[in-house]
Amino acid sequence: MIAVDIEKKLKAYNGLQVLRIEKNFIPGCITRIIGPSGAGKTTFLKMLAGLIKPDSGTIKTSDTIWFDASNNINLAPQKRLIGFVFQDYALFPNMTVKGHLEYATQDADWIGRLLNIGGLTTFADHKPNHLSGGQQQRLAILRALAIKPKLLLMDEPFSALDVITKSGLIKNLQSLFTELGATALIVSHNPQELDGISADELAIGD
Amino acid sequence: MDLSPIWLTLKLAAITTLILLLLGLPLAWWLSKKRSLFKIIIEAIITMPLVLPPSVLGFYLLLAFSPQRGLGHWLQQTFDVQFVFSFQGLVLASVIYSMPFMISPVKSAFQQLPVSLSQASYTLGKSQWQTFRYVLLPNIKPSLLTAAVLTFAHTLGEFGVVLMIGGNIPGVTRVASIAVYDSVEQMNYSAANNYSLILFAITFVMVLSVFIYNKYQTKSPLE
Repeated sequence: MIAVDIEKKLKAYNGLQVLRIEKNFIPGCITRIIGPSGAGKTTFLKMLAGLIKPDSGTIKTSDTIWFDASNNINLAPQKRLIGFVFQDYALFPNMTVKGHLEYATQDADWIGRLLNIGGLTTFADHKPNHLSGGQQQRLAILRALAIKPKLLLMDEPFSALDVITKSGLIKNLQSLFTELGATALIVSHNPQELDGISADELAIGD
Repeated sequence: MDLSPIWLTLKLAAITTLILLLLGLPLAWWLSKKRSLFKIIIEAIITMPLVLPPSVLGFYLLLAFSPQRGLGHWLQQTFDVQFVFSFQGLVLASVIYSMPFMISPVKSAFQQLPVSLSQASYTLGKSQWQTFRYVLLPNIKPSLLTAAVLTFAHTLGEFGVVLMIGGNIPGVTRVASIAVYDSVEQMNYSAANNYSLILFAITFVMVLSVFIYNKYQTKSPLE
C-alpha cells in the first residue's frame, strides 16, 4: 500500500493553485492518472519520486515513511528506487541503448530480456540521437524497469508509439509488472489505451 | 632568437588551464544550480576580469601580494611563498584573469542540460557525484573543450596583469606578450615579429581545431 496525502502550491498563469492529492494506491495494480494539461500530474509523480518536495502532508509505504512534512522526513529519490519514465524521456545522449541499462543494473540477463521486450536488441549499440521517437520512448521505459522497481511512475509513456507497438508493449509490460510485483501509476492523455489493464483511476484537476 | 618567453608562456597557459579545469568545473556546476543572491555576487566577482582593465587587476594583485603588506607579508613569513615578481604570481594572476573564460561556457552548458537528466539518474539510485561524472560531464564535453581552449588562448595573450605582478624577468616572468613589447621598445622589430607570429599561429591552430571538433560533434537529441 502506498498512502499519499500531500499538498503543493503550484504557480499557474492565473496565480497560485493548490494541488491536493489524498489516495491509497493498491500494491501490484495499475492506476491511470488523468487530468487537463497543467493540472499537476507530472508534479504529482515527481513528488512521489522525491524530485519535488510537497509543501505538506505524508507519503507512506507499508514499511517506510518517504515523506512527512511535520517530522521533517524526506527520503532522497535514490533511496526510494522508483522507476520513472519522463515525459521528455530524459535519455543520456552520451550513452548507448545498452549503456543506459548497464548504468542502471549489472544484471546482464535482465538487460538482455528488457532489450528483447522493447524490441531494441538490434539497436543496443546505438545512441539516442540515432533512434526514432518511439524507440527513444521504449528505451526510457526499459531504463526505468532496469532497477526492478516496486513502484513505476510513467509520464505519458506511450505517446510516441504506433498502435501495434503500443498494444504489444503494454501486454509485455503488464506481465512484467506482475512478475516484479510492481505498482504502476501511468499518466495518460489517452486513457482508452489503458482500458482493461488499469484497475484504478486518479483524476487530477477536475 | 630566445625561445624561453614562448616556452614560459606555454607552461603558464597549460598550468592555468589545468588549475581552472579542476577549480572551474565544480564551481560552474554549483553556479548552474538554483540561483541565490550569494551566487550572483560570486558570479559577478568571477566576471569582473572581463570588464576590468588588466592593469587595474594587476595593480590590486600587486598590492595584495606585496611582501611588505598584510597578505603577501603573511604568505612569505608563514609559507615562504612570494607571488610578486615570480612565476607562481603569474599563475595566480592568470587563474583569476582567465577564470570567466572557463566558468562562463561551462556554466551555460550545465544550465542547458535538461534537469530531467539528473533526475533520471537519481531515480536510478545514483549519487550526485555519479550523476556528475557519468551523465552531466560527458554531455558538456564540447563546451568544456571550448572553455579549456579559450582559457589557454586567453592566457597566451595576457599582458597587463602579468606585467604588473610579474614584471619582466627573463626566464621567470618574461612571457611572450611582454617579449613582444620589450622587443618593440628596443626597436627589434624582427624579434617582435617572430614572437607575434608564433603566438598568432598557436592561437589560430587551437581555435580552428575547436571549431572543427565542434562541427563534427554529433547533435544530441536535446538540441
